[in-house]
Amino acid sequence: MPEPYADAAVEPKTLPVDDFSSDDSTGFEGRSPWYLAWRRLRRNRVALAFLALFFLIVIFVLAAPLWATQVAHTGPDTTHTTEKITVDGKKKDVVSLDGQPIGPVWFGAAGKFFLGADGSLGRDEMVRLMYGGRISLFIGIVSALITTILAVVFGLLAGFYGGKLDSAIGAIMDVIWAFPVLLLGIALGTALSVGNGLQLGPITIPGNSIWIPILIIGFVYTPYMLRPIRGEVLGLREKEFVEAATAQGAGTLRIMFSELLPNLWSTIIVFFTLNIANNMLFESALSFLGAGVRPPTSSWGSMSSQGFTLLTSQPQLVTIPGLMILLTVLSLNVFGDGLRDALDPKSKITLRARGGQIEPEKAST
Amino acid sequence: MSARPESGAPAGSATISDGNLLNVADLSVRFATEDGLLKAVDGVSFDVGSSEILAIVGESGSGKSVTAQTIMGLTRSPNAQIEGSIRFRDKELTGLRDAELQDVRGKEIAMVFQDPMTSLNPVYRVGRQIVEAIRSHSEVPAEEAREKAIEMLAAVGIPAPESRVDNFPHEFSGGMRQRAMIAMGLALEPSLLIADEPSTALDVTIQAQIIRLIQRLNQERGLAVILITHDLGVVAEIADRVLVMYAGKAVEQGTLDEIFYDPQHPYTWGLLGSLTRLDRPRPRRLPQIKGLPPSLLAPPTGCSFRPRCPHAFGRCTEPPSLEARLSEAPQHMDRCWKSPDEKRELRNVEGRIGLRSEA
Amino acid sequence: MGPFIARRLVRMVLVLFAVSILVFLIFNVLPGGGTDAAARRIAGKNATPQLIANVRKDFGFDESLPQQYLTMMKQIFSGSLVSYQSQLNVMDQIKQGIPATFSLCIGAAIIWMAFGVLFGYLSAVHAGRLTDRGLTILALAGISLPVFWLASILIVYLSQKIPIFPNGDFVPFQDDPWQWLVHLILPWTTLAVLFVGFYSRVLRSNMLDVMDEDYVRAARAKGLGEHQVRTRHVLRNALIPIVTLFGLDFAAVIGGGAIITELIFNLNGVGQYAAQSIGNQDLPPIMAVTLFGAFFVVLFNTLVDVAYAYLDPRIRLGTSAELA
Repeated sequence: MPEPYADAAVEPKTLPVDDFSSDDSTGFEGRSPWYLAWRRLRRNRVALAFLALFFLIVIFVLAAPLWATQVAHTGPDTTHTTEKITVDGKKKDVVSLDGQPIGPVWFGAAGKFFLGADGSLGRDEMVRLMYGGRISLFIGIVSALITTILAVVFGLLAGFYGGKLDSAIGAIMDVIWAFPVLLLGIALGTALSVGNGLQLGPITIPGNSIWIPILIIGFVYTPYMLRPIRGEVLGLREKEFVEAATAQGAGTLRIMFSELLPNLWSTIIVFFTLNIANNMLFESALSFLGAGVRPPTSSWGSMSSQGFTLLTSQPQLVTIPGLMILLTVLSLNVFGDGLRDALDPKSKITLRARGGQIEPEKAST
Repeated sequence: MSARPESGAPAGSATISDGNLLNVADLSVRFATEDGLLKAVDGVSFDVGSSEILAIVGESGSGKSVTAQTIMGLTRSPNAQIEGSIRFRDKELTGLRDAELQDVRGKEIAMVFQDPMTSLNPVYRVGRQIVEAIRSHSEVPAEEAREKAIEMLAAVGIPAPESRVDNFPHEFSGGMRQRAMIAMGLALEPSLLIADEPSTALDVTIQAQIIRLIQRLNQERGLAVILITHDLGVVAEIADRVLVMYAGKAVEQGTLDEIFYDPQHPYTWGLLGSLTRLDRPRPRRLPQIKGLPPSLLAPPTGCSFRPRCPHAFGRCTEPPSLEARLSEAPQHMDRCWKSPDEKRELRNVEGRIGLRSEA
Repeated sequence: MGPFIARRLVRMVLVLFAVSILVFLIFNVLPGGGTDAAARRIAGKNATPQLIANVRKDFGFDESLPQQYLTMMKQIFSGSLVSYQSQLNVMDQIKQGIPATFSLCIGAAIIWMAFGVLFGYLSAVHAGRLTDRGLTILALAGISLPVFWLASILIVYLSQKIPIFPNGDFVPFQDDPWQWLVHLILPWTTLAVLFVGFYSRVLRSNMLDVMDEDYVRAARAKGLGEHQVRTRHVLRNALIPIVTLFGLDFAAVIGGGAIITELIFNLNGVGQYAAQSIGNQDLPPIMAVTLFGAFFVVLFNTLVDVAYAYLDPRIRLGTSAELA
């Protein structure tokens, strides 16, 4: 029975005829995927515990003014170079004569200098830690928002229109992708802060503004999210409901935002969560190297950087802000991972925990 | 899908099983899901005799593929619960560990899957994958195994097997890949082939070639076959006996002639009625069975076909047992409460067998 | 395979060109405040008017943009680029850093691949069970660690409190192989941990996807042992995307991406050179390191694509539509 090789070109599309897991029609109707995801997430105790940890950290940094005014009675930038405090009845220098700051005194001074002083300027490390966390979280969240908006808008455009627009966006992303992220961040961070900042038409952003790291971080991570979004849009564009909307004469914008976007939400939410984590880590690295936030602003990363000169004598000046970053980033990563598992419809039949298609980092090439 | 059962005697002789090769008894497969226990296979029993072709027929989700996979120990989800007995040559297969099943898989029972496009590993040459199968069961030198692979490719009708053996799967067409899968399955000369919708994913002409290949292997090598399909046309061509499944249960089983000429279950009527017949005037519209298969999580009480059956009556709320209801055919069993005489009346739709849309 | 390599080379040259344009834009064109913004940037902090004038001349800031671009590339590639602050030749400094950077990156890469694959494999094989959950939390912790924090902790505990390892410095291999190794253990660990976490996650997810493939079921059906199924079919196919990833990441660390590790352990590599330049706000070294870093990534990416084609015959033979 000879068979022409030519039929390789006309291989039929295959349909999962007896695939159980695709047998949605036999399941319960009218149950929204969000409800199912919520039910799965609710059972993931570890993910919820880490979400709680994240909220605790948020409450911790939001309470900064309260601690500063009611307990420590000082501000994050107030120096106490020559002052003495009473610790358990004994007078001690905040900064010793050779420039060494006082270590953690815990509640020895009624909450003042709880974590000691930050260096030769004698600022209250605990107060700085709480205020610095606000900056770290703010940069993380806002830059993740920028990444998400850029990736969704350009991913939708590239995936929906295809053709030249897609190629152009793809080429730009390829070029950004070619840079080691940290080097690109440093190049932009130094170039923008060494001069007088960034001037875009009427807007001038000064070199020491926190908007410079925010914009840089939001920008450099865009390709990592844009590619998977584009891929999903490409898949969705072929679906019947989009064709149906087109046939009904829906405009392009309407199709993009009311037909395609709702189908991307689960991907977007997972990415957004993981992006906050990733961006906070990146901010800390940039700030540690001096290419992120600039004085007088300080974040957990820049505090660690500053404390690093005292690593031998006062290691807590590095390890405590670093630990805060670790806990925040870990809480978001674990929660984001649980969120992804919950939103992945594949886990509907098989109960085992499994990773989905969404890999926020360089995974999807 | 054009199926063409000839109106005369079907191909393949109707032999009664001696039940000595494979013996499945009261097999149940359930999956624990978040929505509850999903009964994919619910108390299915059947035998396969040596060199017999048994067809398992049913819609998507009727449990026929799960049944087949479970025989091979391939139902592996941790949430699956398997009960009942699967005996192959008097060896119990349920409860065996992977290592113990290895001697059966490939060597005694081979399996061919629905989609040949994805059933070969894309990164290895076709020949290597056949050699791998051979050498996993016996200490054969690589060169000898390769010869055997070429021989098998030739046996399943692949042209120029000496050069084709070194091709990658993507260089094969769909039909050739399915042939290669069959060659791989048969390389160790198993006595039973489980073919899970082997032709569904292929072009119509290629489908016929694959089915004829299976038939030839059955006749020439005495290979027993379990053919899983939803295509009654294919069944009519080659099967000896037929098992009809619906919602995880066997609803009717018997010889090919019994099922095609004296079907007892309304679901079988529906399947037969929806065949296109070349020997009849073309109907305006192909008849179909109304409604959807029931949820396997919460199947209806009583007869599971009741919600879709136009002939349902009071007693159908009681689950019907699978039993022989015809005194003249003790092997022909079904799950329907109606009396055989009523059935003969009800299944007649415009002079042929079918399921009426209205009772 | 010839045409495939040719296509990839053409693409590589185009991307390299685009990369150099982007570097040019960042350092020379990005709008900053005031006149001479770019010249001021490159001259560095506390630059005298005379120095800024010299920079204007060296970089041809009075000329057209294409001319400026050519001047800048000539400066970088001819090896004549000089730091205006230290007066040292940038290329010489980068060359001096290469042995340390290579030692750090190659060692760390071996560690991260070995442990990443091991943990990912174990995690996938035991998916959903305790081993998997434990490894998942460990991997996520690895991904969440700030590099400077891990390095600091290692130094404080394994070098200061319990003096097992030296707290830094690079000893060239040819001087003393043993000291080379001892000095690099902490830096290797620091650099590898993040990637171990990340690679094990990616491999786990790839393997779980591959496990659902029909050919894995078919491999079991033909009677292969579970070990063979997992290594020859699941792992082999799941590793293919990891190769791409590895190429990009390895190139990034070799090209100067291991900045924090090099800085903290004082390894005097390319990354530390860049880090010190940030502290001094000295742009020419950063310019060069960024450009070379990106070049490395593009180059490796091409190599990886060729390797990828070797691993996945569908691409090698050019029959796959999605060549990318």
